[in-house]
Amino acid sequence: MTTTPAIEFDRVAYGVGELSAEFAFSREPGTVTAILGPSGAGKSTLLNLAAGFLEPREGQIRIDGKPVGGLPPATRGVSMVFQDNNLFAHLDIRTNIGLGLDPALKLDAAAWARVEAALDRVGLAGFGKRQPGSLSGGERQRVALARAFVRRRPLLLLDEPFDGLGPGLAADMLRLMLEIRAEVGATVLMVTHDPDEARAAADRILLISKGKIAADADAAGFFDRTDLPELEAYLGRQRGA
Amino acid sequence: MRTSLLVSAVLAASLPLTPGTAAAADRTLTVYTYDSFNTEWGPGPKIKASFEAECGCELKWVGVADGVALLNRLRLEGDRAEAGVVLGLDTNLVTEAKATGLFEAHGLDTSAISVPGGYSDDVFIPYDYGHFAVIYDTEAIDTPPHSLKELVEGDPNQKIVIQDPRTSTPGLGLVLWMKSVYGDEAAKAWEKLSGRVLTVTPGWSEAYGLFTSGEAPMVLSYITSPAYHMVAEDTDRYQAAAFAEGHYLQIEVAGLLANAPDKELARQFLEFMMTPGFQNEIPTHNWMMPAAAVTMELPEAFSKLVTPSTDLLYPSDEVAANRSAWIAEWLGAMSR
Amino acid sequence: MLTRGEHRAARGGGVAAILLIGLALLAPIWVLVAQGTGAGLGSGQGAYLMRITRFTLLQAGLSTLLSLGLAIPLTRALARRPAFAGRRWLISLFAVPLGLPPLVAALGLLEVWGRNGLANAGLSVLGLETPFSIYGLSGILLAHVFFNMPLATRLILPGLERLPPEYWKTAANLGMGGMSLFRLVEWPAMRRSAGAAAGLIFMLCATSFTLVLVLGGGPAATTLEVAIYQALRFDFDPGRAVLLSAIQIGLTLAVMLALRLISLPAEAGDTRGGSPSRPDAGRGWRALPDITLIALSGAFVAAPLVAVVTSGLAADLGRLLSSAQFWRATATSLGIGLAAAILSVSLAGLMVRARHSAGARPGSPALGLLSGMTGAASSLTLLVPPVVLGAGWFLMLGGGSGQLIAPLAVIVLINALMSLPFVIRVIEPAHQSAMERNGRLALSLGITGIDRIRQIDIPAMLAPVSTGFVFAVALSLGDLGAVALFGSDRILTLPWLLYQKLGSYRTADAAGLALLLGATTMTLMVVADRFGAGTFTRARKDLP
Repeated sequence: MTTTPAIEFDRVAYGVGELSAEFAFSREPGTVTAILGPSGAGKSTLLNLAAGFLEPREGQIRIDGKPVGGLPPATRGVSMVFQDNNLFAHLDIRTNIGLGLDPALKLDAAAWARVEAALDRVGLAGFGKRQPGSLSGGERQRVALARAFVRRRPLLLLDEPFDGLGPGLAADMLRLMLEIRAEVGATVLMVTHDPDEARAAADRILLISKGKIAADADAAGFFDRTDLPELEAYLGRQRGA
Repeated sequence: MRTSLLVSAVLAASLPLTPGTAAAADRTLTVYTYDSFNTEWGPGPKIKASFEAECGCELKWVGVADGVALLNRLRLEGDRAEAGVVLGLDTNLVTEAKATGLFEAHGLDTSAISVPGGYSDDVFIPYDYGHFAVIYDTEAIDTPPHSLKELVEGDPNQKIVIQDPRTSTPGLGLVLWMKSVYGDEAAKAWEKLSGRVLTVTPGWSEAYGLFTSGEAPMVLSYITSPAYHMVAEDTDRYQAAAFAEGHYLQIEVAGLLANAPDKELARQFLEFMMTPGFQNEIPTHNWMMPAAAVTMELPEAFSKLVTPSTDLLYPSDEVAANRSAWIAEWLGAMSR
Repeated sequence: MLTRGEHRAARGGGVAAILLIGLALLAPIWVLVAQGTGAGLGSGQGAYLMRITRFTLLQAGLSTLLSLGLAIPLTRALARRPAFAGRRWLISLFAVPLGLPPLVAALGLLEVWGRNGLANAGLSVLGLETPFSIYGLSGILLAHVFFNMPLATRLILPGLERLPPEYWKTAANLGMGGMSLFRLVEWPAMRRSAGAAAGLIFMLCATSFTLVLVLGGGPAATTLEVAIYQALRFDFDPGRAVLLSAIQIGLTLAVMLALRLISLPAEAGDTRGGSPSRPDAGRGWRALPDITLIALSGAFVAAPLVAVVTSGLAADLGRLLSSAQFWRATATSLGIGLAAAILSVSLAGLMVRARHSAGARPGSPALGLLSGMTGAASSLTLLVPPVVLGAGWFLMLGGGSGQLIAPLAVIVLINALMSLPFVIRVIEPAHQSAMERNGRLALSLGITGIDRIRQIDIPAMLAPVSTGFVFAVALSLGDLGAVALFGSDRILTLPWLLYQKLGSYRTADAAGLALLLGATTMTLMVVADRFGAGTFTRARKDLP
């Protein structure tokens, strides 16, 4: 029995020349995919295409089977978390999360209660009135996850979200992300450049190189493969070493 | 410091303005005047040349913005002024100028001078005069007003630009003109005229600029204005409207400063002022009427100028006594 | 991050700068008061004074509102469209009006909006009989918007462009619409600089003079500045002039304090780039409102400038350019401009550094005072009428005849003070970020004192300092030189020459000079802008 893919890139092409990229892949609902590759390979381009920040030149992107070409980012059923600046620095924490429920911030008591619950869920109960600037980097990313949590969108896009948090903290965050993913039932595309992160979290790997998918494979055992020159180059492994 | 270097550079750049200061002459006369008198194209440089040829001295012009600024400069400097002669006040300023106590009687025979109304004074000597007039654009107006009354009561869509009596001499001239024609009814007349006034500019330059750029078909200026356009631009497009009530007169005068460093030389200059050597430069360089005989032939354009039927002029004392009140009256009427 | 010694030097420098500015402003006023034998305000003057004060505040308030009301949507549109062709030129163009002499700008505006202007020609083609009249309050507002809407845009835009690109993506992802994006993201980012711009514009409009008279339509449109000019020039009543100046300064400051518009740090200059992509910006026909707004604003600012150029081209430029007088005036103007710019940038540097140092210990009242004084000093200079300063200094110098250096120095000083508020607004944010970036590093490397200023601070701020410098030169070029009204016999500046030509029927020459002056200003402003586009702005974007 085949289910509708949660996301599908149907021979998607973007841009021309140096910056051009071509992607074709699809993902089952509930999977976690790590997107790897050298910087400038087009990892963020892929996420931006999925999120609707960029429009493909050719091909079609489908989310839950629906073509999303031309749809604005907000109506695609996508939540996105960046490495930095996820929170509006001048708005307090609860407002930042509340915006995930209503972009005009017209929230009733029940909605605010959900905001508090989300804060509690990410371990930041009582932080609602604080300004983002008074939080640590890890705490800020938790708030971003809390917002994704209240939004409950089927697709979660993560752009190196735990980079620069330190190994221990990153691992904690990864766990939190996976829990939230499970509760929401979202499909995850996560750009990372930490193979350990990919190993720990992902079911599937997309290896991107020079704007193309060099490998689309199971995560299990992926990093032990030696048949992929792009992987060797990416990991900096000398052949035969 | 670098600033002082720059100042020196500016100095160097400005110096050519006083060429040949080391000339042979050991006597020097400084004359304060208004700026436009001593521009490259004004009468100043030519008068300097001919006076220096005659006196074996050096004539130094010092120019400030206008006649009013001239008086203010004297007030600011007091008896420290280095000038011997002040040239460029008008009769409206005479009383206030005398009140500074900085001038003294010239003691000269002024019979060569002849200005409308026969103005004469023991302190100030007229050197030129002109009548105020409404100048109109013949391409925009077929029938200009023939009197101040017609100007006041005419079509409000036909606009005129005037000057502010608080900041400009012609502006004050029009206030005095209206007063001399309308007397106690002046405020009412101003109220009526205000509908025709496009705008009131701070000075003559702005008003005339608006007029020539076509913003308004009429402007308050001088009877001699068309002469400039006829002589320098060869066009008779701009003409003065002759007013039946007469035209208000502006007489420009010069006076001797009591503290003149070389009073004899200063008097010599005032004498010279009444001769053709000076007067010949007035019509086509200052664009005013000479106050004494000239030996040049006036350009034909001058014969085409309006000749006022009546010369209107308040005595200086009356202007000095009433200026504030009359300007306030203007202000009240125009602001309504 | 400064060492103890550097703090001392910074504060000392700030105090010195404030003393110099205070002396430059207060000494002439004091001399005028001492001289003042005038009657002051006569009977019946009270109502007049009330009326012109009301009008001054009304037109300044409306001008500020309109300028900002237009600048804010325009700034949003420009920030949404970071990469269209000609964007940089447009923003450079927005620096030009400020450097134009008011009369030149007024004549340019009239070519477009006057009775025979383009706008009315267009209206009559559409079959509208009654011409739109620029004269009156509408004309004053139009001219003030022409001068200040571009200024406000340039002051506000950097605040928006500095927002991280993720903000726009997050907003798009969350589906924030125009209104909630403005309310929750854009306005908070603009608020400070919009407030500072409002303060600056309010001061500039409150002291406006030539524009108000030429376009005001009659004496009903009289500002305090006109009355001050009249008191000093026509009535020669220094006492009244000083009294009126005090009212002007006091009222403007009171209004600004009440609106909390004073001494807000704002930034200028850094207005290129921004977020490379704005996913929230509509594409295709949805871009139309932005395109229309940007195009209309560009045309609104450019049209009068083009008019100045076209009427200037009709003049005999060859003759003008070959006259010695023109070159002498140009040399004098440039010399004054350069000297004023050096002074202005130096004073601004001292004050900015002092304010930075004072901010290091927020609790101290003495330092709070220093900080406040630097803020006030940089605004006050705009409120003291130049004609008052000129007269006072002239009196102090004991008359100007025969002297050249003293009057020149006074012109330089006054011009430097007039451009100070702008220069500070360019330098201060740059200094702030240079301190954040290099402060610790310099300390840890032990580079301090003069070495640090030479090796680190000045190179790091070269671009904004150059921008401020050229800005000051350009502002100074357009200035008539108030002191010239009293004693300028040997100082011939370009604007002065222009007035001379205009004052003796030579309107074509004047138009030619306006073109040359305007072109010089435009070149300088564009150059100043390009300086700012250097490495500095790039580096600054990397800051978290």
